[in-house]
Amino acid sequence: MDINEIDKKIKAEAIRQHTVSVDPNAPKSGTTTINMTDGVLIPKKEEKHVLTSWRLTFFGAVILSAVLIIFFPDPYRTIFLTCLRGAPVTFEVTVFSIIGAVIIGTFTGLGSVSKRRWINMICGVYVELIRGIPLLVQLIFIYYAVGSLFHVEGLIAAIFSLSVCFGAYMGEIVRAGIQAIPKGQMEAAIALGMSRSQAFRYIILPQTVKVILPAIGNEFISMLKDSSLVSVLSLEDILRCGRMYISRTFLSLETMLVVALIYLMITLVLSRLVGLLEERLHKNG
Amino acid sequence: MAKIEIQNLSKDFNTPNGVLHAVKNASLTVNDGEVVVIIGPSGSGKSTMLRCVNGLEKPTSGHILIDGTDTADPATDIRKMREEVGMVFQSFNLFPHLTVLENITLAPIKVKKMPKAEASELAMKLLKRVGLEEKAEVHPAQLSGGQQQRVAIARALAMNPKAMLFDEPTSALDPEMIKEVLDVMLSLAKDGMTMLLVTHEMGFAKAAADKVVFMDKGEIIETGTPEKMFTAPENDRAKDFLAHIL
Repeated sequence: MDINEIDKKIKAEAIRQHTVSVDPNAPKSGTTTINMTDGVLIPKKEEKHVLTSWRLTFFGAVILSAVLIIFFPDPYRTIFLTCLRGAPVTFEVTVFSIIGAVIIGTFTGLGSVSKRRWINMICGVYVELIRGIPLLVQLIFIYYAVGSLFHVEGLIAAIFSLSVCFGAYMGEIVRAGIQAIPKGQMEAAIALGMSRSQAFRYIILPQTVKVILPAIGNEFISMLKDSSLVSVLSLEDILRCGRMYISRTFLSLETMLVVALIYLMITLVLSRLVGLLEERLHKNG
Repeated sequence: MAKIEIQNLSKDFNTPNGVLHAVKNASLTVNDGEVVVIIGPSGSGKSTMLRCVNGLEKPTSGHILIDGTDTADPATDIRKMREEVGMVFQSFNLFPHLTVLENITLAPIKVKKMPKAEASELAMKLLKRVGLEEKAEVHPAQLSGGQQQRVAIARALAMNPKAMLFDEPTSALDPEMIKEVLDVMLSLAKDGMTMLLVTHEMGFAKAAADKVVFMDKGEIIETGTPEKMFTAPENDRAKDFLAHIL
């Protein structure tokens, strides 16, 4: 062996021994690389970890449901069919109230950054009021208030009250999104002769949408879950269908397991979709 | 004829530590086709004065006349005035969600109600002028700082302004990109554009400026031709400042 080669090997060995790897998954032997990643603390999407935790929960829920339906058709198949009858109502309530909440939230958000003080005031009071009262209490209150004043259908009253409740949170998201846009954008638009409303329409809001879409996606998921509260308003959503079944059969544990599984599966699918949306937005810069 | 006339301009800011007098009783005239460079240490009120000229800041007192029209006059359409004065910012402030072409055409289409085809044609002409016609369909994030600033200049020119304001247009740029932006500005100056600039590029001031204004602590201390200002400034503070940067 050449003396140079030995020298090289000794040096390489010395480097290897002094290499500190903070990544426990890094190969212990082989090439000497200093692996400085934050992969352990903040798992990235590409790394298997996050995907498997999602997969584990999702496929766990799917498999459990399948097993229950196939091997214990009595009573689980009936429970599933009964509870799923409430799914359209749950979706209807969620989708329409998110539309309502986005509309209310956009106006509230714009109002919070308005130059007129009294508009700020109205929006601020609305947000404080809604945030300070439990959702369930508001829901029942608004439902009865709307119901007694306008004599509308239960579904519409429920959608209205959920929209009002979530509009406040959405307003805060929109406000934060608008304020996240650098001040220079507004100044550049104004300097080009645009009016404030033109600047908002063509410059500020399109950028805000990009910033807040992930947050709105998460709000969508939490609204889907909170839509179960409308079951107290005698709307036949998934939860209420389950509870009606319990009152007929007294199979409370089994029914609630199924209700939980249905919500879990829907929510997990949605959260995955939100994740994908977020990734696409990042890619498009 | 005076294109931009600043008369006894003062601007105060209310800060937690009391009132800050950013600009104190400053008067300045920029004639048609003139290039005026404002220099001075940071915090001396140069940018504030510039921002007052196109109404981004409201003057505490004093008047600003553009083409003889007083911007403080309630009868004056401030938006109309802004259309006539283009502004280029230190941080470019391009619209990141729009392509380069859309950045330039947006204001003519929305503010001047120019037909889209005409605006695009104008934008391409301006992009050619700043040497970036091949970047029309690109988003600003894919451009270098110098290219972004050239697009920002083209965007301001698209409104066909009577005068241009530049607020430290090259301060955020790497040294090798400064030249490309200065070249565009020099060609503008040669074409007879009325320009009011805040800059530390003394080379540009020497080459293009008709007048150099030295500001310190919110006041205009000395005004003169570039030759006089750079070789024999009268004021001690101006002497001191120029000794540091030349």
